[in-house]
Amino acid sequence: MAGENRTVSEYIVHHLTNLTYGKLPEGYERLDYDGNLVSVVPEGGVWTMAHGGAEASAMGFTAIHVDSMIWSIGLGIIFCWMFRRVAKRAETGVPSGFINAMEMIVEFVDNTVRDTFHGRNPLIAPLSLTIFVWVFLMNLMDLVPVDLVPYTLEVLGVSYHKIVPSTDPNITFGMSIGVLVLILYYSIKVKGFGFAKELALNPFNHWMFIPVNLFMEIVGLLAKPFSLALRLFGNMYAGEMIFILIAALYGAGVAWMAPAGLLQIGWAIFHILVITLQAFIFMVLTIVYLSMAHEDH
Amino acid sequence: MNINLTLIGQMIAFFGFVWFCMKYVWPPIMAAMAEREQKISDGLAAAERASHDLELAQEKAIERLKEAKHEAASIVESANKRANQIIEEAKVAAQTEAERVKTSARAEIEQETNRAREALRGQVATLSLVGAEKVLGATIDRDAHSELVDKLAAEL
Repeated sequence: MAGENRTVSEYIVHHLTNLTYGKLPEGYERLDYDGNLVSVVPEGGVWTMAHGGAEASAMGFTAIHVDSMIWSIGLGIIFCWMFRRVAKRAETGVPSGFINAMEMIVEFVDNTVRDTFHGRNPLIAPLSLTIFVWVFLMNLMDLVPVDLVPYTLEVLGVSYHKIVPSTDPNITFGMSIGVLVLILYYSIKVKGFGFAKELALNPFNHWMFIPVNLFMEIVGLLAKPFSLALRLFGNMYAGEMIFILIAALYGAGVAWMAPAGLLQIGWAIFHILVITLQAFIFMVLTIVYLSMAHEDH
Repeated sequence: MNINLTLIGQMIAFFGFVWFCMKYVWPPIMAAMAEREQKISDGLAAAERASHDLELAQEKAIERLKEAKHEAASIVESANKRANQIIEEAKVAAQTEAERVKTSARAEIEQETNRAREALRGQVATLSLVGAEKVLGATIDRDAHSELVDKLAAEL
Protein backbone atom coordinates (compact mmCIF):
# COMPACT_ATOMS: atom_id res chain seq x y z
CA MET A 1 0.00 0.00 0.00
CA ALA A 2 1.07 3.52 -0.69
CA GLY A 3 1.07 4.97 2.79
CA GLU A 4 2.22 2.94 5.77
CA ASN A 5 -0.47 4.00 8.19
CA ARG A 6 -3.54 4.35 6.00
CA THR A 7 -6.75 2.39 6.27
CA VAL A 8 -8.14 0.61 3.24
CA SER A 9 -10.80 3.26 2.73
CA GLU A 10 -8.22 6.02 2.91
CA TYR A 11 -6.14 4.11 0.39
CA ILE A 12 -9.09 3.85 -1.99
CA VAL A 13 -10.08 7.49 -1.59
CA HIS A 14 -6.49 8.49 -2.19
CA HIS A 15 -6.46 6.53 -5.42
CA LEU A 16 -9.68 8.12 -6.60
CA THR A 17 -8.60 11.71 -6.00
CA ASN A 18 -7.28 13.72 -8.89
CA LEU A 19 -4.30 15.99 -8.72
CA THR A 20 -6.19 19.28 -8.80
CA TYR A 21 -4.97 22.78 -9.40
CA GLY A 22 -7.51 25.52 -8.86
CA LYS A 23 -8.74 28.57 -7.08
CA LEU A 24 -9.76 28.23 -3.45
CA PRO A 25 -12.58 30.59 -2.53
CA GLU A 26 -12.10 33.45 -0.13
CA GLY A 27 -12.31 32.54 3.52
CA TYR A 28 -11.78 28.80 3.00
CA GLU A 29 -10.16 27.15 6.00
CA ARG A 30 -7.32 24.86 4.96
CA LEU A 31 -6.78 21.86 7.27
CA ASP A 32 -3.98 19.32 7.48
CA TYR A 33 -4.57 15.53 7.56
CA ASP A 34 -5.29 15.53 11.26
CA GLY A 35 -7.94 18.23 10.96
CA ASN A 36 -5.93 21.11 12.41
CA LEU A 37 -6.40 24.55 10.91
CA VAL A 38 -3.40 25.51 8.80
CA SER A 39 -4.44 28.74 7.13
CA VAL A 40 -7.43 30.76 5.92
CA VAL A 41 -7.62 31.76 2.28
CA PRO A 42 -7.23 35.53 1.99
CA GLU A 43 -9.46 37.93 0.10
CA GLY A 44 -9.81 37.27 -3.64
CA GLY A 45 -9.10 33.54 -3.28
CA VAL A 46 -5.89 31.77 -4.13
CA TRP A 47 -4.73 29.53 -7.02
CA THR A 48 -3.05 26.46 -5.59
CA MET A 49 -2.73 22.70 -5.67
CA ALA A 50 -5.56 21.07 -3.72
CA HIS A 51 -4.59 19.04 -0.67
CA GLY A 52 -7.18 16.32 -0.73
CA GLY A 53 -10.68 15.88 -2.06
CA ALA A 54 -12.32 18.41 0.23
CA GLU A 55 -10.24 21.27 -1.07
CA ALA A 56 -10.73 20.09 -4.64
CA SER A 57 -14.49 20.16 -4.10
CA ALA A 58 -14.29 23.61 -2.58
CA MET A 59 -12.55 24.88 -5.72
CA GLY A 60 -15.70 24.21 -7.72
CA PHE A 61 -15.53 24.82 -11.44
CA THR A 62 -12.39 26.96 -11.36
CA ALA A 63 -10.07 24.00 -11.06
CA ILE A 64 -8.32 21.66 -13.40
CA HIS A 65 -7.34 18.03 -12.98
CA VAL A 66 -3.67 18.24 -13.84
CA ASP A 67 -3.14 14.47 -13.97
CA SER A 68 -6.14 13.85 -16.25
CA MET A 69 -5.09 16.62 -18.58
CA ILE A 70 -1.45 15.53 -18.75
CA TRP A 71 -2.30 11.90 -19.45
CA SER A 72 -5.13 12.66 -21.82
CA ILE A 73 -3.19 15.18 -23.89
CA GLY A 74 -0.01 13.11 -23.63
CA LEU A 75 -1.79 10.04 -24.96
CA GLY A 76 -3.41 12.16 -27.66
CA ILE A 77 0.03 13.34 -28.70
CA ILE A 78 1.26 9.74 -28.74
CA PHE A 79 -1.69 8.86 -30.97
CA CYS A 80 -0.92 11.75 -33.34
CA TRP A 81 2.77 10.94 -33.40
CA MET A 82 2.18 7.23 -34.11
CA PHE A 83 -0.23 7.81 -36.94
CA ARG A 84 1.66 10.78 -38.34
CA ARG A 85 4.67 8.49 -38.62
CA VAL A 86 2.58 5.97 -40.49
CA ALA A 87 1.20 8.73 -42.72
CA LYS A 88 4.72 9.90 -43.53
CA ARG A 89 6.13 6.46 -44.13
CA ALA A 90 3.13 4.91 -45.80
CA GLU A 91 4.25 3.89 -49.23
CA THR A 92 2.70 1.91 -51.98
CA GLY A 93 5.16 -0.94 -51.46
CA VAL A 94 4.81 -3.83 -49.05
CA PRO A 95 4.09 -2.45 -45.55
CA SER A 96 5.77 -4.09 -42.60
CA GLY A 97 5.45 -4.43 -38.85
CA PHE A 98 4.35 -1.27 -37.11
CA ILE A 99 2.94 0.39 -40.23
CA ASN A 100 1.01 -2.73 -41.06
CA ALA A 101 -0.56 -2.83 -37.60
CA MET A 102 -1.50 0.86 -37.72
CA GLU A 103 -2.93 0.45 -41.19
CA MET A 104 -5.02 -2.45 -39.95
CA ILE A 105 -6.57 -0.13 -37.37
CA VAL A 106 -7.13 2.55 -40.00
CA GLU A 107 -8.76 0.06 -42.32
CA PHE A 108 -10.92 -1.34 -39.52
CA VAL A 109 -12.14 2.16 -38.62
CA ASP A 110 -12.66 3.01 -42.27
CA ASN A 111 -14.79 -0.12 -42.80
CA THR A 112 -16.85 0.61 -39.70
CA VAL A 113 -17.48 4.16 -40.90
CA ARG A 114 -18.40 2.97 -44.39
CA ASP A 115 -20.84 0.43 -42.99
CA THR A 116 -22.59 2.92 -40.73
CA PHE A 117 -22.25 6.34 -42.31
CA HIS A 118 -23.61 6.68 -45.81
CA GLY A 119 -23.17 10.39 -46.45
CA ARG A 120 -20.03 12.12 -47.58
CA ASN A 121 -18.15 13.90 -44.85
CA PRO A 122 -14.36 14.02 -44.62
CA LEU A 123 -14.54 14.58 -40.87
CA ILE A 124 -16.25 11.39 -39.79
CA ALA A 125 -13.49 8.87 -40.48
CA PRO A 126 -10.61 10.80 -38.88
CA LEU A 127 -12.91 11.68 -35.99
CA SER A 128 -13.68 8.00 -35.49
CA LEU A 129 -10.03 7.03 -35.69
CA THR A 130 -9.11 9.69 -33.14
CA ILE A 131 -11.86 8.61 -30.76
CA PHE A 132 -11.11 4.92 -31.10
CA VAL A 133 -7.36 5.09 -30.63
CA TRP A 134 -7.35 7.89 -28.12
CA VAL A 135 -10.03 6.35 -25.90
CA PHE A 136 -8.30 2.99 -26.24
CA LEU A 137 -4.98 4.47 -25.11
CA MET A 138 -6.63 6.26 -22.19
CA ASN A 139 -8.37 3.04 -21.17
CA LEU A 140 -5.12 1.13 -21.60
CA MET A 141 -3.67 3.10 -18.68
CA ASP A 142 -6.03 1.04 -16.55
CA LEU A 143 -3.80 -1.99 -17.11
CA VAL A 144 -0.81 -0.26 -15.56
CA PRO A 145 -0.57 -1.55 -11.98
CA VAL A 146 -2.57 0.90 -9.85
CA ASP A 147 0.20 1.78 -7.43
CA LEU A 148 3.09 2.03 -9.86
CA VAL A 149 2.78 5.61 -11.07
CA PRO A 150 0.97 7.20 -8.08
CA TYR A 151 3.37 5.70 -5.55
CA THR A 152 6.44 6.66 -7.56
CA LEU A 153 5.14 10.22 -7.86
CA GLU A 154 4.22 10.31 -4.18
CA VAL A 155 7.80 9.48 -3.32
CA LEU A 156 8.80 12.34 -5.61
CA GLY A 157 6.43 14.66 -3.76
CA VAL A 158 3.24 14.64 -5.86
CA SER A 159 0.56 13.62 -3.43
CA TYR A 160 -2.30 12.62 -5.75
CA HIS A 161 -2.30 11.03 -9.15
CA LYS A 162 -4.84 9.21 -11.31
CA ILE A 163 -3.35 7.89 -14.51
CA VAL A 164 -6.52 6.68 -16.22
CA PRO A 165 -8.06 9.79 -17.79
CA SER A 166 -11.24 7.96 -18.80
CA THR A 167 -12.08 7.38 -15.11
CA ASP A 168 -12.49 11.15 -14.85
CA PRO A 169 -16.00 12.25 -15.86
CA ASN A 170 -14.56 15.55 -17.05
CA ILE A 171 -12.62 13.73 -19.71
CA THR A 172 -15.47 11.55 -20.95
CA PHE A 173 -17.93 14.43 -20.85
CA GLY A 174 -15.43 16.67 -22.58
CA MET A 175 -15.36 14.29 -25.50
CA SER A 176 -19.07 13.54 -25.57
CA ILE A 177 -19.95 17.24 -25.44
CA GLY A 178 -17.53 17.67 -28.33
CA VAL A 179 -19.55 15.03 -30.16
CA LEU A 180 -22.78 16.86 -29.22
CA VAL A 181 -21.38 20.06 -30.71
CA LEU A 182 -20.66 18.19 -33.92
CA ILE A 183 -24.16 16.66 -33.90
CA LEU A 184 -25.75 20.08 -33.54
CA TYR A 185 -23.45 21.63 -36.13
CA TYR A 186 -24.15 19.03 -38.79
CA SER A 187 -27.87 18.84 -37.97
CA ILE A 188 -28.21 22.54 -38.60
CA LYS A 189 -25.85 22.52 -41.56
CA VAL A 190 -27.55 19.62 -43.34
CA LYS A 191 -31.17 20.16 -42.37
CA GLY A 192 -31.24 23.89 -41.69
CA PHE A 193 -34.72 24.83 -40.60
CA GLY A 194 -35.69 21.17 -40.95
CA PHE A 195 -33.77 20.46 -37.77
CA ALA A 196 -36.04 22.78 -35.78
CA LYS A 197 -39.04 21.16 -37.40
CA GLU A 198 -37.67 17.75 -36.50
CA LEU A 199 -37.32 18.81 -32.88
CA ALA A 200 -40.76 20.42 -32.75
CA LEU A 201 -42.92 18.04 -34.78
CA ASN A 202 -41.60 14.63 -33.77
CA PRO A 203 -42.98 12.23 -32.71
CA PHE A 204 -46.47 13.88 -32.69
CA ASN A 205 -47.00 15.81 -35.87
CA HIS A 206 -49.45 18.42 -34.60
CA TRP A 207 -48.87 22.03 -33.51
CA MET A 208 -50.59 21.38 -30.19
CA PHE A 209 -47.89 18.94 -29.22
CA ILE A 210 -44.96 21.22 -29.99
CA PRO A 211 -43.93 21.72 -26.32
CA VAL A 212 -44.20 18.00 -25.61
CA ASN A 213 -42.23 17.20 -28.74
CA LEU A 214 -39.58 19.76 -27.97
CA PHE A 215 -39.17 18.39 -24.47
CA MET A 216 -38.90 14.81 -25.65
CA GLU A 217 -36.56 15.53 -28.54
CA ILE A 218 -34.25 17.72 -26.50
CA VAL A 219 -34.09 15.10 -23.78
CA GLY A 220 -33.33 12.54 -26.49
CA LEU A 221 -30.64 14.79 -27.91
CA LEU A 222 -29.00 15.38 -24.55
CA ALA A 223 -29.22 11.70 -23.69
CA LYS A 224 -26.73 11.01 -26.48
CA PRO A 225 -23.69 12.71 -24.94
CA PHE A 226 -24.79 11.65 -21.48
CA SER A 227 -24.97 8.00 -22.41
CA LEU A 228 -21.66 8.20 -24.29
CA ALA A 229 -19.82 9.81 -21.41
CA LEU A 230 -21.41 7.87 -18.57
CA ARG A 231 -21.00 4.50 -20.29
CA LEU A 232 -17.29 4.99 -20.76
CA PHE A 233 -16.80 6.60 -17.37
CA GLY A 234 -18.86 3.98 -15.56
CA ASN A 235 -17.07 1.05 -17.14
CA MET A 236 -13.62 2.45 -16.59
CA TYR A 237 -14.35 3.70 -13.09
CA ALA A 238 -15.73 0.33 -12.06
CA GLY A 239 -12.77 -1.47 -13.62
CA GLU A 240 -10.32 0.83 -11.91
CA MET A 241 -12.14 0.37 -8.61
CA ILE A 242 -11.79 -3.40 -8.84
CA PHE A 243 -8.09 -3.07 -9.59
CA ILE A 244 -7.75 -0.86 -6.52
CA LEU A 245 -9.67 -3.36 -4.37
CA ILE A 246 -7.47 -6.19 -5.61
CA ALA A 247 -4.42 -4.07 -4.81
CA ALA A 248 -5.83 -3.44 -1.33
CA LEU A 249 -6.18 -7.19 -0.94
CA TYR A 250 -2.41 -7.55 -1.19
CA GLY A 251 -2.16 -5.57 2.00
CA ALA A 252 -4.51 -7.89 3.88
CA GLY A 253 -1.73 -10.35 4.62
CA VAL A 254 0.72 -12.76 3.03
CA ALA A 255 -1.99 -15.43 2.68
CA TRP A 256 -3.91 -13.16 0.33
CA MET A 257 -1.02 -12.60 -2.07
CA ALA A 258 -1.67 -15.61 -4.27
CA PRO A 259 -5.44 -15.18 -4.68
CA ALA A 260 -4.99 -11.45 -5.20
CA GLY A 261 -2.41 -12.15 -7.88
CA LEU A 262 -4.73 -14.58 -9.63
CA LEU A 263 -7.61 -12.12 -9.41
CA GLN A 264 -5.45 -9.34 -10.79
CA ILE A 265 -4.33 -11.43 -13.77
CA GLY A 266 -7.88 -12.61 -14.44
CA TRP A 267 -9.38 -9.13 -14.20
CA ALA A 268 -6.59 -7.64 -16.33
CA ILE A 269 -7.18 -10.18 -19.10
CA PHE A 270 -10.91 -9.56 -18.96
CA HIS A 271 -10.27 -5.84 -18.89
CA ILE A 272 -8.32 -5.95 -22.16
CA LEU A 273 -11.63 -6.90 -23.71
CA VAL A 274 -13.53 -4.17 -21.84
CA ILE A 275 -11.20 -1.32 -22.75
CA THR A 276 -11.21 -2.24 -26.43
CA LEU A 277 -14.95 -2.72 -26.43
CA GLN A 278 -15.58 0.61 -24.71
CA ALA A 279 -13.35 2.44 -27.19
CA PHE A 280 -15.17 0.70 -30.04
CA ILE A 281 -18.62 1.50 -28.62
CA PHE A 282 -17.74 5.16 -28.16
CA MET A 283 -16.59 5.30 -31.77
CA VAL A 284 -19.54 3.43 -33.24
CA LEU A 285 -22.12 5.46 -31.32
CA THR A 286 -20.45 8.67 -32.42
CA ILE A 287 -20.69 7.53 -36.03
CA VAL A 288 -24.31 6.53 -35.55
CA TYR A 289 -25.26 9.83 -33.93
CA LEU A 290 -23.54 11.83 -36.64
CA SER A 291 -25.11 9.65 -39.29
CA MET A 292 -28.52 10.46 -37.78
CA ALA A 293 -27.61 14.15 -37.83
CA HIS A 294 -27.01 13.86 -41.58
CA GLU A 295 -30.22 12.05 -42.39
CA ASP A 296 -33.00 14.20 -43.74
CA HIS A 297 -36.45 12.83 -43.08
CA MET B 1 -15.48 13.60 -9.02
CA ASN B 2 -15.92 17.31 -9.61
CA ILE B 3 -16.91 18.79 -12.92
CA ASN B 4 -14.51 21.63 -13.57
CA LEU B 5 -12.29 23.29 -16.18
CA THR B 6 -10.87 19.91 -17.11
CA LEU B 7 -14.05 19.47 -19.13
CA ILE B 8 -13.28 22.51 -21.27
CA GLY B 9 -9.64 21.50 -21.56
CA GLN B 10 -10.57 18.05 -22.74
CA MET B 11 -13.02 19.50 -25.29
CA ILE B 12 -10.33 21.75 -26.72
CA ALA B 13 -7.87 18.85 -26.81
CA PHE B 14 -10.53 16.69 -28.47
CA PHE B 15 -11.12 19.14 -31.30
CA GLY B 16 -7.39 19.73 -31.62
CA PHE B 17 -6.56 16.07 -32.07
CA VAL B 18 -9.50 15.49 -34.41
CA TRP B 19 -8.36 18.44 -36.50
CA PHE B 20 -4.79 17.14 -36.59
CA CYS B 21 -5.95 13.67 -37.57
CA MET B 22 -8.22 15.07 -40.27
CA LYS B 23 -5.53 17.32 -41.66
CA TYR B 24 -2.29 15.36 -41.39
CA VAL B 25 -3.04 11.73 -40.64
CA TRP B 26 -6.07 10.42 -42.42
CA PRO B 27 -5.64 11.74 -45.98
CA PRO B 28 -2.05 10.56 -46.57
CA ILE B 29 -2.72 7.13 -45.09
CA MET B 30 -5.88 6.69 -47.14
CA ALA B 31 -4.13 7.92 -50.27
CA ALA B 32 -1.24 5.51 -49.78
CA MET B 33 -3.60 2.64 -49.07
CA ALA B 34 -5.78 3.41 -52.08
CA GLU B 35 -2.72 3.68 -54.27
CA ARG B 36 -1.40 0.36 -53.00
CA GLU B 37 -4.77 -1.24 -53.56
CA GLN B 38 -4.75 0.05 -57.11
CA LYS B 39 -1.25 -1.25 -57.60
CA ILE B 40 -2.14 -4.67 -56.30
CA SER B 41 -5.24 -4.93 -58.42
CA ASP B 42 -3.23 -3.78 -61.43
CA GLY B 43 -0.61 -6.37 -60.64
CA LEU B 44 -3.20 -9.09 -60.33
CA ALA B 45 -4.79 -8.06 -63.60
CA ALA B 46 -1.39 -8.04 -65.28
CA ALA B 47 -0.60 -11.48 -63.90
CA GLU B 48 -3.89 -12.79 -65.17
CA ARG B 49 -3.32 -11.25 -68.56
CA ALA B 50 0.18 -12.69 -68.64
CA SER B 51 -1.03 -16.16 -67.80
CA HIS B 52 -3.71 -15.83 -70.44
CA ASP B 53 -1.09 -14.68 -72.94
CA LEU B 54 1.11 -17.58 -71.97
CA GLU B 55 -1.74 -19.97 -72.56
CA LEU B 56 -2.39 -18.43 -75.93
CA ALA B 57 1.29 -18.58 -76.80
CA GLN B 58 1.48 -22.20 -75.77
CA GLU B 59 -1.52 -23.00 -77.89
CA LYS B 60 0.03 -21.15 -80.78
CA ALA B 61 3.31 -22.95 -80.30
CA ILE B 62 1.60 -26.31 -80.30
CA GLU B 63 -0.26 -25.31 -83.42
CA ARG B 64 2.98 -24.21 -85.07
CA LEU B 65 4.71 -27.40 -84.09
CA LYS B 66 1.92 -29.46 -85.53
CA GLU B 67 2.00 -27.44 -88.70
CA ALA B 68 5.76 -27.80 -88.97
CA LYS B 69 5.55 -31.53 -88.48
CA HIS B 70 2.89 -31.74 -91.11
CA GLU B 71 4.95 -29.67 -93.49
CA ALA B 72 8.05 -31.71 -92.86
CA ALA B 73 6.16 -34.90 -93.50
CA SER B 74 4.76 -33.56 -96.72
CA ILE B 75 8.20 -32.34 -97.79
CA VAL B 76 9.71 -35.75 -97.11
CA GLU B 77 6.92 -37.39 -99.00
CA SER B 78 7.26 -35.15 -102.00
CA ALA B 79 11.01 -35.59 -101.93
CA ASN B 80 10.59 -39.32 -101.93
CA LYS B 81 8.19 -39.04 -104.81
CA ARG B 82 10.55 -36.82 -106.66
CA ALA B 83 13.42 -39.20 -106.06
CA ASN B 84 11.41 -42.11 -107.37
CA GLN B 85 10.47 -40.06 -110.35
CA ILE B 86 14.09 -39.13 -110.99
CA ILE B 87 15.07 -42.74 -110.75
CA GLU B 88 12.32 -43.72 -113.13
CA GLU B 89 13.29 -41.01 -115.53
CA ALA B 90 16.92 -42.00 -115.30
CA LYS B 91 15.97 -45.57 -115.95
CA VAL B 92 13.95 -44.61 -118.99
CA ALA B 93 16.69 -42.31 -120.24
CA ALA B 94 19.29 -45.00 -119.75
CA GLN B 95 17.19 -47.51 -121.57
CA THR B 96 16.63 -45.12 -124.44
CA GLU B 97 20.30 -44.29 -124.54
CA ALA B 98 21.20 -47.94 -124.49
CA GLU B 99 18.74 -48.59 -127.26
CA ARG B 100 20.16 -45.74 -129.25
CA VAL B 101 23.71 -46.88 -128.73
CA LYS B 102 22.73 -50.39 -129.67
CA THR B 103 20.99 -49.21 -132.80
CA SER B 104 23.87 -47.03 -133.86
CA ALA B 105 26.30 -49.81 -133.13
CA ARG B 106 24.25 -52.20 -135.13
CA ALA B 107 24.07 -49.70 -138.00
CA GLU B 108 27.79 -49.22 -137.86
CA ILE B 109 28.37 -52.93 -137.86
CA GLU B 110 26.09 -53.25 -140.85
CA GLN B 111 27.92 -50.46 -142.56
CA GLU B 112 31.27 -52.00 -141.78
CA THR B 113 30.06 -55.36 -143.02
CA ASN B 114 28.80 -53.83 -146.22
CA ARG B 115 31.98 -51.94 -146.67
CA ALA B 116 34.00 -55.06 -146.08
CA ARG B 117 31.80 -56.94 -148.42
CA GLU B 118 32.22 -54.28 -151.09
CA ALA B 119 35.94 -54.31 -150.60
CA LEU B 120 36.00 -58.07 -150.69
CA ARG B 121 33.85 -58.07 -153.76
CA GLY B 122 36.25 -55.66 -155.46
CA GLN B 123 39.17 -57.78 -154.51
CA VAL B 124 37.37 -60.93 -155.58
CA ALA B 125 36.77 -59.31 -158.97
CA THR B 126 40.40 -58.46 -159.24
CA LEU B 127 41.38 -61.89 -158.03
CA SER B 128 38.96 -63.51 -160.46
CA LEU B 129 40.41 -61.47 -163.25
CA VAL B 130 43.87 -62.44 -162.24
CA GLY B 131 42.67 -66.01 -161.93
CA ALA B 132 40.93 -65.89 -165.23
CA GLU B 133 44.00 -64.33 -166.89
CA LYS B 134 46.07 -67.10 -165.45
CA VAL B 135 43.59 -69.60 -166.67
CA LEU B 136 43.19 -68.05 -170.03
CA GLY B 137 46.76 -67.07 -170.32
CA ALA B 138 45.90 -63.82 -171.69
CA THR B 139 45.22 -60.50 -170.55
CA ILE B 140 41.80 -59.65 -170.30
CA ASP B 141 41.04 -56.26 -171.36
CA ARG B 142 39.66 -54.78 -168.28
CA ASP B 143 37.55 -52.32 -170.08
CA ALA B 144 36.31 -54.86 -172.54
CA HIS B 145 35.33 -57.26 -170.03
CA SER B 146 34.34 -55.01 -167.31
CA GLU B 147 30.73 -55.87 -167.70
CA LEU B 148 31.50 -59.50 -167.18
CA VAL B 149 33.68 -58.79 -164.21
CA ASP B 150 31.11 -56.61 -162.63
CA LYS B 151 28.49 -59.28 -163.07
CA LEU B 152 30.84 -61.72 -161.40
CA ALA B 153 31.53 -59.41 -158.60
CA ALA B 154 27.85 -58.86 -158.08
CA GLU B 155 27.26 -62.52 -157.93
CA LEU B 156 29.82 -62.98 -155.24
